[in-house]
Amino acid sequence: MKGNSEKPLTERMHTDGSVVDLQTYEQAGGYQAIRKVLHAGMTPMAVTEEVKAANLRGRGGAGFQTGVKWSFVPRGKDVPNPTYLVVNGDEMEPGTFKDRLLMERDPHQLIEGAMVAAFAIEADIAYIFLRGEYTLAAERLARAIAEAYEHHYLGKNIFGAGCNLELYLHLSGGRYICGDETGLLNALEGKRANPRAKPPFPVVVGLFGKPTVVNNVETICCVPHIINNGAEWFHGLSKTNDGGTKLYGVSGKVKRPGLWELPMGTTAREIIEEHAGGMRDGLKLRGLLPGGSSTPFIVEQHLDTPMDFTEMPKAGSRLGTGTMIVLDDHTCAVGMAWNMTRFFARESCGFCTPCWSGLGWAERILRSIEDGKGKPGDLDKLAFQAKMWSPGNTFCALAPGAADPLETSMKYFREDFERHIREHRCPWS
Amino acid sequence: MLTAEEIQEIKTETAHYPKREAGCIDALKIVQRHRGWVSDESVRDIAEYLGMSATDVDSIATFYNLIFRRPVGRHVVMVCDSVSCWIMGYDRVKKHLGERLGIDHGQTTSDDRFTMLPIVCLGCCDHAPAMMVDSDLHSDLNPQKIDSALEKYK
Ligand SMILES: Cc1cc2nc3c(=O)[nH]c(=O)nc-3n(C[C@H](O)[C@H](O)[C@H](O)COP(=O)(O)O)c2cc1C
Ligand code: SF4
Ligand code: FES
Repeated sequence: MKGNSEKPLTERMHTDGSVVDLQTYEQAGGYQAIRKVLHAGMTPMAVTEEVKAANLRGRGGAGFQTGVKWSFVPRGKDVPNPTYLVVNGDEMEPGTFKDRLLMERDPHQLIEGAMVAAFAIEADIAYIFLRGEYTLAAERLARAIAEAYEHHYLGKNIFGAGCNLELYLHLSGGRYICGDETGLLNALEGKRANPRAKPPFPVVVGLFGKPTVVNNVETICCVPHIINNGAEWFHGLSKTNDGGTKLYGVSGKVKRPGLWELPMGTTAREIIEEHAGGMRDGLKLRGLLPGGSSTPFIVEQHLDTPMDFTEMPKAGSRLGTGTMIVLDDHTCAVGMAWNMTRFFARESCGFCTPCWSGLGWAERILRSIEDGKGKPGDLDKLAFQAKMWSPGNTFCALAPGAADPLETSMKYFREDFERHIREHRCPWS
Repeated sequence: MLTAEEIQEIKTETAHYPKREAGCIDALKIVQRHRGWVSDESVRDIAEYLGMSATDVDSIATFYNLIFRRPVGRHVVMVCDSVSCWIMGYDRVKKHLGERLGIDHGQTTSDDRFTMLPIVCLGCCDHAPAMMVDSDLHSDLNPQKIDSALEKYK
């Protein structure tokens, strides 16, 4: 894994979709980062500092600085034992399809990343929490983990350096809220995945009450490359201050929907026009959700904004997962808002009232508008509901994530909502 | 009663948890793998085995999308109805499946061959619309592809 690569996360992947096995991974320079860490005598803090200097920001959507998160882990003799690392492979955010590729095609990259991360936070048990529907990823990860154990890369005294790491794969029972890190911890403990109160944060009181770091699959996959090539190199991959490359995706009615590893900070315009081939013939772009269905819409005027964690908020949105969903002019914006609100209503964990009750109500209002039964005043009701889902009014980020696309679709496509109500029908159907 | 085989699998798959109850979801999935679904009796058996109340086990079983608390057919068709698939033609897929199988979401064909259910985004949005049948992903769906996909499941 040489420092001249521009696509460190995806370059080893076979084009036929088959899996990179342990031997192929090692021939391409794999398992060098963990060797470097263990044999060159890097300390956990040194690894953490390198990742901090690289400005690797969490690819699960929130963009929290990974090295900073790791530095919060309590260390030393008096700390409750063990510390856990949990890799978040839940990927249930509608419109998101990036972690699946990483796990299916190059599972050893994730395993090595987990090894280095576990070393950095002094964890000797790690879990990969995988959504149950990802059956191919499950099969390939299980095989890769077995390969790593066979080579004594996992288990006791790995690489003869006196460190231990047990790595387990857990398949989820399936529910969007399991992706939230505290919901995930409850799910891993065998419970309902209702989120937990914060503080205490999982880095201090996490899985089974022990210090736990939760990181996204793509985040963890970046780690070995930072160790191999250094923080400065990682910065150099990016067009902005947020380090590294990013897996960007496009779905919707473009010519070539897909997923590409590109410099962090690539613009939506470049991704759509150069990589996705532009809109299908006869269709115009009306707007897009930059990173999954809980990010706010952006429209034409924002397409030249660098897609990173720092710049997207200036366009009123967020990078989220970086896999964008495109709305075209032949698709109904109200129907789209209804579809997403129905998703959030169904997946609400039911813990707090504005979310479980309000989402269901909003879903019914949106459906009636879409069916031509909307009433004047409905839009005010929706706006009121969406306000009730803002951070502070609800217990976790699911409801605010439902508010963002709804509020921005009513902002940018208000006339569409009003036409539905005025004409008593969906003008697009 | 849990079979010896089920108990053995639960033991192996949950040995690494520091608490017995932590194996609840795994246990539910193991029983479902053997029996197709999780009956009231299975809920009670799992509860007894893990030292939990049946109510607690049921509250967990009903929380998760992939645990079936009602009988299902030999094959489960899970159709993605999330946003990218909706844009790319979920309605047509659903209509075709409905006509072909003669059932709606949540129902099972009279020959017990298929149950149809909606599912959250399958992470296959660049090849939408998508569905899963049992553990297989089917993407870029159109009526012909749906028909030939279903043929494989007897
Ligand atoms: C409702 C909800 C769903 C989430 N789903 C995921 C997910 O599927 N995968 C993920 O990595 N993070 C997800 N997150 C974010 C996690 O809570 C957490 O921030 C993330 O896993 C941390 O990893 P990172 O810092 O590497 O991004 C979700 C958050 C919420 C509120
Ligand atoms: S906001 Fe929704 S998902 Fe989050 S805790 Fe409240 S009810 Fe549950
Ligand atoms: S929305 Fe259907 S696979 Fe993502």
